[in-house]
Amino acid sequence: MIVSRRGLIGIGAAGAGSLLLGGCDKLNSSDSFRGALGGATGLNQRTQRFLMGDSLAKEFAEADISPVFKANGSLGVPDPAYQAQLASGFANWALRVDGLVKQPLMLPLSYLKGLAQRTQITRHDCVEGWSAIAKWQGPQLGTVLAAAGLLPTAKYAVFHCADTLEGAPYYESVDLTDAFHPQTILAWAMNGQPLGEPHGAPIRLRVERQLGYKQAKYIMRIELRDTLAGLYRGGGGFWEDARGYQWYGGI
Amino acid sequence: MNEAAAESAPEAELRGGDLVRRHRLVTRLWHWTNVVAVTVMLMSGLMIFNAHPRLYWGHYGANAAGHPDPAWLDLTSVNHGRPFPGWITIPTQYSLADARLWHFAFAWLLGLAILGYLLWSLVSGHIKRDLAPHAAELAPSHLWHDIKEHAALRFPTGPAALQYNILQKLAYGGVLFVLLPGIILTGLTMSPGMNAAVPFLVDVFGGRQSARSLHFLCAFGLVGFFFIHIAMVVLAGPFNEVRSMITGWYRLPREKGELP
Repeated sequence: MIVSRRGLIGIGAAGAGSLLLGGCDKLNSSDSFRGALGGATGLNQRTQRFLMGDSLAKEFAEADISPVFKANGSLGVPDPAYQAQLASGFANWALRVDGLVKQPLMLPLSYLKGLAQRTQITRHDCVEGWSAIAKWQGPQLGTVLAAAGLLPTAKYAVFHCADTLEGAPYYESVDLTDAFHPQTILAWAMNGQPLGEPHGAPIRLRVERQLGYKQAKYIMRIELRDTLAGLYRGGGGFWEDARGYQWYGGI
Repeated sequence: MNEAAAESAPEAELRGGDLVRRHRLVTRLWHWTNVVAVTVMLMSGLMIFNAHPRLYWGHYGANAAGHPDPAWLDLTSVNHGRPFPGWITIPTQYSLADARLWHFAFAWLLGLAILGYLLWSLVSGHIKRDLAPHAAELAPSHLWHDIKEHAALRFPTGPAALQYNILQKLAYGGVLFVLLPGIILTGLTMSPGMNAAVPFLVDVFGGRQSARSLHFLCAFGLVGFFFIHIAMVVLAGPFNEVRSMITGWYRLPREKGELP
């Protein structure tokens, strides 16, 4: 068989291509390779934290607000108890704060609205790539945590939500660096109106230097923990468990 | 004059057919590191694009229900909403999480390699000696002459082949100084963490969605460079060209009819 030099190059390129693809998929399912990639994820978090310090996310003007803010993930909570509370404007609802705290709390929505408020116009960045801008209002998470008083072992704030996705309860978590960041708020208002059901009524988290899946909606309970291990599948959040998204959502 | 060539013989004495040192070790190491990094970044990046195959200008853009934000590129109707097929993505099966894992690990390889190479190129004189265009080369008549020579597939022979011509200088300079730094900076701009750390970047690019669009355009600039680059390597003699980028040794092309 006579093969031209160009033919050989073509065969070589096709062979290299399929080797490359097969090789990448093989690497992708290798635990040690994934471990190495995960090491880069840890490096990314440490590098960003070092570069960020306590800097603020960019805040925008009213004119920059998206005409329509895309709702994503859960768009509502069919649970009858939630629907009853939604219908009554969450008049009898209370946020539970417990776990590694000195004083567990049950905080009514009126109490959260009565705390010192922070209003910020910020950009919401979905992990998929899209962005939307809205104005958020609510008390700083740090104020609420300080009211409960953290035990020295507390390292994470976990947000337990009323919604479920793919049959599992939604939850998310941040460490204390982000929990006490000035722009981390429990938002009950969006663009000057109480949060609607698609956007997480009665309250959602805003942790502005991270991606959208960290912005937990329909928050019912905040639990202070020393570890994320042992909670659901241990990833620290619904999408972290379900898809393997990075727990640190700064990128 | 290429410094590597001068080591073996004065340029005046070199003729077509001579084997000379062409690419230095640092250039060869960076080139192949960059091949690996760009390949992984492109293939994992196409998977990430598949997660939301629309591009916008400005700070926001989300395809919101009932009020689609204007997208300048919308591929949501291509291939059932995943426009780039599995054979060109990492991993093959749709996984945004895995693609992000690869993308943000190999980003370090891409970024550190180009940073190191640019610093070395500056300090070693590679930029000034080999890459920077001379004023005379940028004259329209000279540019037009080189374009015509390339179109006719007439490439420099003998010692002249050791120096990059103006089209090579513009192509390599475009990759080294525009496309690679641009793709890295627009990539960093898409990170909400980096926005807080380096707020001016997002304003330089005109918003996160603009940065995402420019990131995509830089990627396709690199793909365009790749095809032209490979075509030129094949036309100029693939064995000799690839050998020079692996071992450093390069055989000077002969004139037409020049005897060995």
